[in-house]
Amino acid sequence: MAEPQENQFGIEIRGLSKIFGPRATDMAALVAQGISKAELNERHGHVLGLRDINIDMPAGRIQVIMGLSGSGKSTLIRHINRLIDPTVGEILVGGEDVVKMDAGALRTFRRHKTAMVFQKFALLPHRTVLENTVYGLEVQGVPRARQVDEAMRWIARVGLGGFEKHYPNQLSGGMQQRVGLARALTNDAPILLMDEAFSALDPLIRTDMQTVLLDIQKEIRKTIVFITHDLDEALRLGDRIAILRDGEIVQQGTSQDIVLRPADDYVESFVREVNRGKVIEVDAVMTPLAGDGAPGSPQVPVGTTVDEAIGTLVAGTGDSLTITGTDGVPVGAVTLRQLAAALTSAR
Amino acid sequence: MDWLTTFPAMNKDTLTALKRGIDDGFRAFTRAWGDPIEAFFEPLRLFLIHSERLLLNSPWPVVLLVVGLLAWLGSRRWSIVIGSVLTLVIIGYFDMWDDTMRTVAMTFVCTVVAIVVGIPVGILMSRSNRVQAVVNPILDVMQTMPSFVYLIPVVMLLGIGRVPGVIAVVIYAIPPVIRLTNLGIRLVDKDVLEAADAFGSSSWQKLKNVQMPLALPTIMAGINQTIMMALAMVVIASMIGVQGLGQPVLRAINNQYFTLGMFNGLAIVGIAIIFDRISQAFGRRLQKHQEVTHG
Ligand SMILES: Nc1ncnc2c1ncn2[C@@H]1O[C@H](COP(=O)(O)OP(=O)(O)O)[C@@H](O)[C@H]1O
Ligand SMILES: [Mg+2]
Repeated sequence: MAEPQENQFGIEIRGLSKIFGPRATDMAALVAQGISKAELNERHGHVLGLRDINIDMPAGRIQVIMGLSGSGKSTLIRHINRLIDPTVGEILVGGEDVVKMDAGALRTFRRHKTAMVFQKFALLPHRTVLENTVYGLEVQGVPRARQVDEAMRWIARVGLGGFEKHYPNQLSGGMQQRVGLARALTNDAPILLMDEAFSALDPLIRTDMQTVLLDIQKEIRKTIVFITHDLDEALRLGDRIAILRDGEIVQQGTSQDIVLRPADDYVESFVREVNRGKVIEVDAVMTPLAGDGAPGSPQVPVGTTVDEAIGTLVAGTGDSLTITGTDGVPVGAVTLRQLAAALTSAR
Repeated sequence: MDWLTTFPAMNKDTLTALKRGIDDGFRAFTRAWGDPIEAFFEPLRLFLIHSERLLLNSPWPVVLLVVGLLAWLGSRRWSIVIGSVLTLVIIGYFDMWDDTMRTVAMTFVCTVVAIVVGIPVGILMSRSNRVQAVVNPILDVMQTMPSFVYLIPVVMLLGIGRVPGVIAVVIYAIPPVIRLTNLGIRLVDKDVLEAADAFGSSSWQKLKNVQMPLALPTIMAGINQTIMMALAMVVIASMIGVQGLGQPVLRAINNQYFTLGMFNGLAIVGIAIIFDRISQAFGRRLQKHQEVTHG
């Protein structure tokens, strides 16, 4: 089993801008002064990929980057392992600036610190599931026996036991992406980069894969950067969420922040479609308690969703709930009215 | 109005002097460098002689067995195995066995040389647009120049015989391997290549694990064409002393022996079909798992 060591590899992105075009560095000043994406394109023939991105991604958590197609998500995640070079800015991983690494250091960094899962799977078509899964360790030069041990463990863990000898084109999309996931996990790097990893999958399989990922994450505690264009997926997976629009971050925070306090109309338009009851947690709407709470009322722990809380409430007879902290001590109370209010965005 | 209908060509004497100058220069070069160049190609001569001897000295049933086995390994199809063996049996029955073995040895050596030289050149081309821009026109010239023309300097340098034959055939037959190696590598799926990068592959690891395997079916198509062109060149190469099925054809042309020409010509067609079927079936088998599916 993976040793439960503390993950030290947070990611800090500082002042990152990316401009596509032959004279990108000359355009950096214009971008810093706030020229619009459209104007940069029309007047100067350059494409603004990202503008002044600042994110702190805590170690061992899932950071979701969300935005519509073309908002710069893929560009952003590719800066973390420097598949794309920034125009300006720093990317600190575990305190070390990826931008300053030379070719050799970068290769070592990619081999040992990061692993990536791709939207279109990007498996090696001429290799079996097993041979695809060992790829990262093979590149590192790990002895074959250990490559196979590790790979077989993860193949089983993602639910592909028995398929080791199949070729990718003999598998469904969902199964292929399980291979992609197993390949990344076998690498045993502290950072996992997932670019729309589940976007190509059917909704049901997609939910399955989310569950698999969340389950595994409980054990492995990697720093996961997860890209998606789907808010439901973002809310389900993200410990923290950053929302990207036209290369700029418009809001970052927890799922509660995003749903309860959308920063602008753009975010609001995403949030409107969300099933709020399944996202908003009781702690966000409860009345904090000084004393012991309403005696006799049912208790639910913090982190319970409004949906679950209502379920508990209607199963009983009262019309309020006591919320307990992680240690079981009551920290707040919530009424049916408060719960109902949380469900509607119309105020 | 004379000057309008006659093209204003260079002065006759100047032109003659120019041609003679180039010829003399090349002759001097040949005299100075002929021996070292010959020594350089000595391993090639030995390779060819040994391949030829091996085929000529092996008992014919062994040769048939090996051909059948190769056909099976390449294609995994009985029809191709039987067709190949049967073709050789007919060729042997019409008393063309020895010449056929010489031609097969020659084609084999030329193909090996073309692959050994062509694939690295193709790889270099795929890595740099500048190299591609330089090599492509050279390949165009190699393919369009009438083959008789470049027999001349080869013969001047190395005389008449097997080695100049191999060189002439390789020059003629190598472009497809080079071109399709280059093309195959350039067509490799960018997403897969990016994945290889993301896992920290070195450029050698990328070449070995991703680019070459994925380009292999395309390269195989190039090798197939190269084999066919090498065979086609055998008749022409017989003009400079290459032994095999080409020589009887040449004799038949000079003396108007219709049947002799026909038989040997058909024998060439026969082995061409054998080579073609085996190498194509092998290429197809390589491709079996390569198509990418989503969803
Ligand atoms: N290599 C490139 N050259 C020019 N423009 C690019 C390049 N890569 C991405 N872009 C542009 O950058 C923007 C963001 O692209 P991308 O990061 O792929 O978006 P997303 O992944 O969110 O769909 C788009 O406008 C895209 O056209
Ligand atoms: Mg994208």
